[in-house]
Amino acid sequence: MLCAQLLFPLSLFLGLSATVEVQRPRGVPLSKRQFYEEGKPFTCLDGSRTVPFDRVNDDYCDCKDGSDEPGTAACPNGSFHCTNAGHRPAFIPSSRINDGICDCCDTTDEYNSGATCKNTCREMGRRERESLQKLAEITKEGFLLKQQLIEEAKRKKEEKQSKLTELQAGKRDVEEKVEALRTVKETAEQPEKEAKERHLKAWEEQKAVIRMEKDKAKMAEAFLELDDDADGYVSVAELQSHAELDPNSDGSLTEEEVQGLLGGADKVDTSSFENIWGNLKDKYVSESQAENPSSLETAPEETKEPVTDNESEPYPEDDIGVEEDDEEEEDDDDDTHEDFEDKPQTSTQTPERSDKDEEAMPPYDAETQSLIDAAQKARDDFEESERALREIDDQVKNIEKELSFDFGPSAEFTYLYSQCYELTTSEYIYKICPFNRVSQKPKFGGSETNLGSWGSWAGPDDNKYTVMKYEHGTGCWQGPSRSTTVKLTCGKETTVTSTSEPSRCEYLMEFTTPAVCQEPLPVNVVHVDGHSDHVEL
Amino acid sequence: GHQAEAARFQSARCLFVLLPFFLGVAQAVDRSNFKTCDQSSFCKRQRDIKAGQSPYRALLETMELTNSRLTLQLINDNNKVRLLLELYRLQGNMTRVKINELKPLKPRYEVPDVLIQDPPTEPLSVVAQDENGVVLSLGADEQRLIVSARPFRLDIVEGPKVLLSLNSRGLLVFEHLRLRKDTKSQDDAEDGEGAEKTEQQAAEGDQLKEEEELPGTWEETFKTHTDTKPNGPTSISLDFSFPGVEHVYGIPEHADTLKLKTTDGGDPYRLYNLDVFQYELHNPMALYGAVPVLLSHNTERTMGVFWLNAAETWVDISSNTAGKTVFGKMLDFVQGSSETPQTDVRWISEAGIIDVFIMLGPKPSDVFSQYASLTGTQAFPPLSALGYHQCRWNYNDQEDVRGVDQGLDDHDIPCDFIWLDIEHTDGKRYFTWDPNKFSQPKDMLQGLKDKRRNLVAIVDPHIKVDSNFKVHNEIRSRNFYVKNKDGGDYEGWCWPGNAGYPDFTNAEMRAWWASMFAYDQYEGSMENMYTWNDMNEPSVFNGPEVTMHKDALHGSWEHREVHNIYGLYVHRATAEGLIQRSGGVERPFVLTRAFFAGSQRYGAVWTGDNAAEWGHLKISLPMCLSLGLVGISFCGADVGGFFKAPSTELLVRWYQAGAYQPFFRAHAHLDTPRREPWLFGPENTALIREAVRQRYALLPFWYQQFYNAHRTGQPVMRALWVEYPEDSVTFDIEDEYLLGRDLLVHPVTEEGLKSLTAYLPGKREVWYDVHTFKKHAGGQSLYIPVTMSSIPAFQRGGSIITRKDRVRRSSACMENDPYTLYVALSPEGTAEGELYIDDGHTFSYEKNKAFIHRRLTFNDGVLSSSNLALDSQFTTASWVEKIIFLGARKPASVTLKTAGWSWGSETRVEFEYDSALEVLSLRKPGVNAGADWTVLLR
Repeated sequence: MLCAQLLFPLSLFLGLSATVEVQRPRGVPLSKRQFYEEGKPFTCLDGSRTVPFDRVNDDYCDCKDGSDEPGTAACPNGSFHCTNAGHRPAFIPSSRINDGICDCCDTTDEYNSGATCKNTCREMGRRERESLQKLAEITKEGFLLKQQLIEEAKRKKEEKQSKLTELQAGKRDVEEKVEALRTVKETAEQPEKEAKERHLKAWEEQKAVIRMEKDKAKMAEAFLELDDDADGYVSVAELQSHAELDPNSDGSLTEEEVQGLLGGADKVDTSSFENIWGNLKDKYVSESQAENPSSLETAPEETKEPVTDNESEPYPEDDIGVEEDDEEEEDDDDDTHEDFEDKPQTSTQTPERSDKDEEAMPPYDAETQSLIDAAQKARDDFEESERALREIDDQVKNIEKELSFDFGPSAEFTYLYSQCYELTTSEYIYKICPFNRVSQKPKFGGSETNLGSWGSWAGPDDNKYTVMKYEHGTGCWQGPSRSTTVKLTCGKETTVTSTSEPSRCEYLMEFTTPAVCQEPLPVNVVHVDGHSDHVEL
Repeated sequence: GHQAEAARFQSARCLFVLLPFFLGVAQAVDRSNFKTCDQSSFCKRQRDIKAGQSPYRALLETMELTNSRLTLQLINDNNKVRLLLELYRLQGNMTRVKINELKPLKPRYEVPDVLIQDPPTEPLSVVAQDENGVVLSLGADEQRLIVSARPFRLDIVEGPKVLLSLNSRGLLVFEHLRLRKDTKSQDDAEDGEGAEKTEQQAAEGDQLKEEEELPGTWEETFKTHTDTKPNGPTSISLDFSFPGVEHVYGIPEHADTLKLKTTDGGDPYRLYNLDVFQYELHNPMALYGAVPVLLSHNTERTMGVFWLNAAETWVDISSNTAGKTVFGKMLDFVQGSSETPQTDVRWISEAGIIDVFIMLGPKPSDVFSQYASLTGTQAFPPLSALGYHQCRWNYNDQEDVRGVDQGLDDHDIPCDFIWLDIEHTDGKRYFTWDPNKFSQPKDMLQGLKDKRRNLVAIVDPHIKVDSNFKVHNEIRSRNFYVKNKDGGDYEGWCWPGNAGYPDFTNAEMRAWWASMFAYDQYEGSMENMYTWNDMNEPSVFNGPEVTMHKDALHGSWEHREVHNIYGLYVHRATAEGLIQRSGGVERPFVLTRAFFAGSQRYGAVWTGDNAAEWGHLKISLPMCLSLGLVGISFCGADVGGFFKAPSTELLVRWYQAGAYQPFFRAHAHLDTPRREPWLFGPENTALIREAVRQRYALLPFWYQQFYNAHRTGQPVMRALWVEYPEDSVTFDIEDEYLLGRDLLVHPVTEEGLKSLTAYLPGKREVWYDVHTFKKHAGGQSLYIPVTMSSIPAFQRGGSIITRKDRVRRSSACMENDPYTLYVALSPEGTAEGELYIDDGHTFSYEKNKAFIHRRLTFNDGVLSSSNLALDSQFTTASWVEKIIFLGARKPASVTLKTAGWSWGSETRVEFEYDSALEVLSLRKPGVNAGADWTVLLR
């Protein structure tokens, strides 16, 4: 390996048929041939030093820039040029010369390693041209489709705009109508309110009378009950048996306290009783009632659900996925917690107490009823008009939202809005609804996982509209929330071509759409005969 | 490796069991999952016994001395139980002390398969004897072994100096096997043995009563797990005192300082192989591996104690100088009132016997040789394994692997291995492939082979219990699983869900396991695919302390007795499988997480599931240095940190540090963002590329270091004190180290660092900065400004380091590349080094002596290459392209003489000289690397 092969014949195809042999040191591109003149001292391309020509490609690195060893691996920073006739020429790092791995399709990098390389340039060139051709066709058709999309988007935008104008005009009418109907409603509600109040007041008065009579009857009954010796007086002793009347609730009803209850007297007759009844009636328990212990009060305790069991149970679902695919665990978690929270709080509530004695309000008289009916009609009309206004507002908002999206420089991505596209893999169904969200659902049952909501265009500065970013999806265990990068490539169809998760919870989706197809170059770069040597010259 | 959030992969059935392990562990280790000494009943029992008068007495009348072995009985005067002491003098300045019960109820476990042979002995002779003891000669240097009878103790002395004492603190404790109380009377009735035993049992009765009252003697519960302990208490303990010693090292694996700390007031260092989730730094908790070897060191002598026991072990260290300030020590010295500094070490193990190898040094290198003669040396890895390893949990599919391989080339980053973690399998069934993601493994392997790269696929020792899984069915039908205490197959939860654990202690099982790596058994495997054994502590998610129940059974032995060696057996069986699949031709490469004494013979070890934190980067140095001291040279830490995402700065610094550590693998947790080297901007890609390139340029040096470790047992990565044992400044240094003896590395392990201070040892040495060639005097602390590209490293004056400066994309691509010799002159103007070359991957170097091993010396202006292995033969295409002399004068002329027909004829060699740096470069000497040649500087 010490004897480096200095020069080698290089066949170049010029044009279609002419073949010219050009001598130059191994690994030198034609463009730099002039610096390597046989027999003349070689000056490193960085000008740092000059060495005899026999040190070019002598497998020892003399130049700091590696330029004296274009065809050997001697310089750490050198590069080797492969002509790759039939395909594209390339530079490879010097370290790949004779490393036993075929890098150049023309095999020229492995001239002394024992590696058996096959010249694949023609085949590669052909395949590349084919795929370029296919790509060109796709691009061409895609670009035509894109023009349609742009037109369509323009039309749609105009439509939306005029719809918006229309809606906004309509909105003013509806607003006026709402205001008019509000007045009508308010006008109708005033007499309704007054009539209702009158009716209510009459009934309240009637109720008060009834209540007073009842109270009187109760008082008389109580008096009779209390007046144990039937002497026409209720005495301190007689009252003292009613412990529930204890004013300070200290458990004993003293004589003094009873006296106080009796307004300082030792005993009272019926008419005086009337005066003190007010102090007693709230607490007073009829003797007939008191004999029945209130069994109702304890009953609810026993019917309590054994909710405590759930509380003592560990919550194993915490941070622990129940199934192999962790995507679901958060959802499962949530469900579980909800389950616990949703458990009806049975039994702790006591049934609402309703005063059975209270009688229902009598129906409205015909006059009031008609006022109510009229007001109700005004209300309904008003609400309907308000609903109509809200609908218009919603429509306006939606259109404004849609119009606010960045659908690309020519609005070519407009057609994706409010569409969804799916891809089914072995495990999941992936769904992208452009400008909205990306999600994933297990193929065989299970809930959906949000892989991110629309964030922004995220392509490189010069090509922003080739990558979409969806962010803030469902959170990951011990990690960030899920996000998806969508790479857009030119295609005739609008479809998801692949999905992957290169890094935990960071998804990558490939998506084809005509909307990113670029205008095809006017000149056809593809040579039908397969010799593309123009790059050299 | 990742005991991590196992949970997410488990099916619902194990949730309740797993729960306790995963609550509150998000940030760091949950200490409550692991026992303290107080929670480990034998440790508490033993530790409650304080130093004092030993109850043991040597019965000198029972002494028997054969040529190489002395035995005598010891009696415990409290319970009359007799022990048998065996003493051996071993070749190479070692003493073996073995203590077992004289008549155990049943055999106690003696660890097999760790010693590479029955250690050869040397004659012991009695020098003196009286009723107080016996003095034995240990041969050279006035070394004596003194056996004192009452109380029993052993002292090893040299002249008037005591080197080491055993049981001097009276902590020899031997819990003899006994019958359970409730079964005792019945057994006694059946017992018809002699009077001696009856006497023993009578005394034993009292003792027994006392011991049985201690909790945890016959049963022990930790958290929800109960250890049934059918054999009752079986623990052992012994103390060692090192007079004049203030520094002890070793007993890995702990995430702690190189120099061991005293354990007074805290827990002892624990040796019990455990899968610790997000381990904490700077504490004595047990980790994945255990090597029960401790080294003592002072300026005069280095010694080692190898405690051959595979059960749970705790090591207490105390020192009479700990806590004293330097000033206090000086004051003691001046006043002459100082007691001699002394370090006391106490070993406590749960089962087995006392079997101790005392390695008497005296130099560090002697201790390494002594230990290597017992347990073997580092396996010589294939050269490729010393390259860069690109790993992640997990590369998603074949396309991902292809993309990473391409990414490495696109960014010109050399790499030899891409790794696949557990997700590559079909449902965590090892030896299989995910049918969707890795449907064509051979295509993938061929793709890597075409790039001259390799793959590692993980194979863990827990086997999914699944009647459709061939491996499980085979193991079950061959009855190879570990058994639970009731005799059924032991089952535990791990990655696949319910799993069985093959009994790797069984040689038949290991042979069968090895056969599973045959190309026709392991479908989709190829010769460029190697293996990674993780979780082999063993990790059992729902077991006590995340490992196997101690009352599980390996044949007739309890798991308790074999625990720490289980991982070694897994590693061994796998390595043997890789050897066998090639018909014994190819060297294996197997990485393990669990290890034991002797694991060095089977491959590489890494420091387990670390975290992307600066502290973890920093601790990787002492952790690997500690392993190096006990024979395991092929050590590394996950570059970048396993858990969490490293900052870009940390990632770059870790690559820089990792490039100079023996096992160089980047790895990342499943839940962390991708971190292949090119994902952090061109500047950082360039920094990482440069670090990896430095590694590859030094591969010849690394390879020679590993050959040396393999042949001699000397560590590759060395603490400074190993080479400068008399320089006490080096004793605590753990932020820099030596590779071999010639390359000193002080990686940057702190955030935002602008400068650091490196200690350059050796008062009469000089050191050359390998990047700038600048010369620095030894015996000083050197201030070094650093930038993001700095990896401070120095070549010792007096050394010759061989490099291949043409870095390519994998080590195989560089096979025939020429060498550059870096000849760094000593102050005397001399230098020497070695060059080792072989085919890089087979055993031919061993079987056919197919290698080149040369000595390179520079003396009196003559650099010569001479053959170190005259009976070896190997030819290489590699040649010498450049020779760089550091610290040289400018010669008038340089001539080259080569061997062969032209021997004697001289050719002129062109050279360049940089007078400012004193660097002389010879242009293209061109000689073959395997040839005899000399270069003359005139």
